[in-house]
Amino acid sequence: MPRFVRYLLPLLLFLAMAGLLYRGLSIDPRHVPSPLIGKAAPAFSLTKLEDPSVTISDADFRGQVSLFNVWATWCVSCRAEHQVLMALANSGEVAIYGLNYKDKRPAALRWLQQFGDPYLANAFDADGRVGIDWGVYGTPETFIVDRQGVIRHKHTGPLTRDIVQQEILPLVRQLKAEQG
Amino acid sequence: MKALRSLFMVCLCLLPAAVTAGTEMFDFSGNVGKDRYTDLIVELRCLVCQNQSLADSDAELAHDLRVEVYELMQQGKTDQEVVDYLVARYGDFVLYKPPVKPSTYLLWYGPFVLLALGLALLVKNIRQRDRQRRAEADLSQEEQARLKTLLGDGDGENRS
Repeated sequence: MPRFVRYLLPLLLFLAMAGLLYRGLSIDPRHVPSPLIGKAAPAFSLTKLEDPSVTISDADFRGQVSLFNVWATWCVSCRAEHQVLMALANSGEVAIYGLNYKDKRPAALRWLQQFGDPYLANAFDADGRVGIDWGVYGTPETFIVDRQGVIRHKHTGPLTRDIVQQEILPLVRQLKAEQG
Repeated sequence: MKALRSLFMVCLCLLPAAVTAGTEMFDFSGNVGKDRYTDLIVELRCLVCQNQSLADSDAELAHDLRVEVYELMQQGKTDQEVVDYLVARYGDFVLYKPPVKPSTYLLWYGPFVLLALGLALLVKNIRQRDRQRRAEADLSQEEQARLKTLLGDGDGENRS
């Protein structure tokens, strides 16, 4: 081995290591890739938040591109996300459904009254069982479901205006343009 | 004083054992053995506090998942079925022991590759040094001639 290669090798190894570690800095450990993407949305049947006598199921948002948002009144970042959802609902670009996760009905209804209601309907998941089926581990979470009822995208954490503009809306438009 | 301190140390050692079993009160008299349940939840990772197992975590989700695991076991599901159930929802992330597949080859086999590389380098180094030493030990023709004259034509002086 030529001498200069021998002396260069530790430097190259160091650079490779540094590169890897540097990459690690920009990876969010809280982002766990969902195994549900590309799979059919988990079936559920729950009572409606707004009316306990009516049931709502995954079939209710079949046939359209929809956003399924998991939220709760005890979730602080849901509060921050709420106005973004309101703006998105007002734009009319996508149907928004909600899963009210491990919450109290009166508190949730009060929240919607107070801050506005971006949802077409909310499923009331008191014990969080449906949340488990959807792989929910940190509210708020947002799923994009296509017309066939297949989950195409998941965002964990609060939606921001930027995320809506750069991630959500482009995908929604693309899914709307798809055949079916 | 010394006795008190050693007693304290013993208590400290016993502490983790008391904590690992989760906080729920389950009935382990039925078909779900406590050992089996505990073995399973320490192998599963909590998604909220990511460096804790389901057994250790105090997060709400960990509680829900412990209940879920217990109920699945009660329904007669095998350990593998319970694990598959969670992996289907949360991905391989819930496993402390990731499965062997192409994306984890580096993780599983990387250390052995490094070990083999290190051994190969070590062997190479030792051989090289050995060769060098032998080369130093072997005398050149010039040196042999000089040795001969020093020793007086091949006969050792101490022989006479």
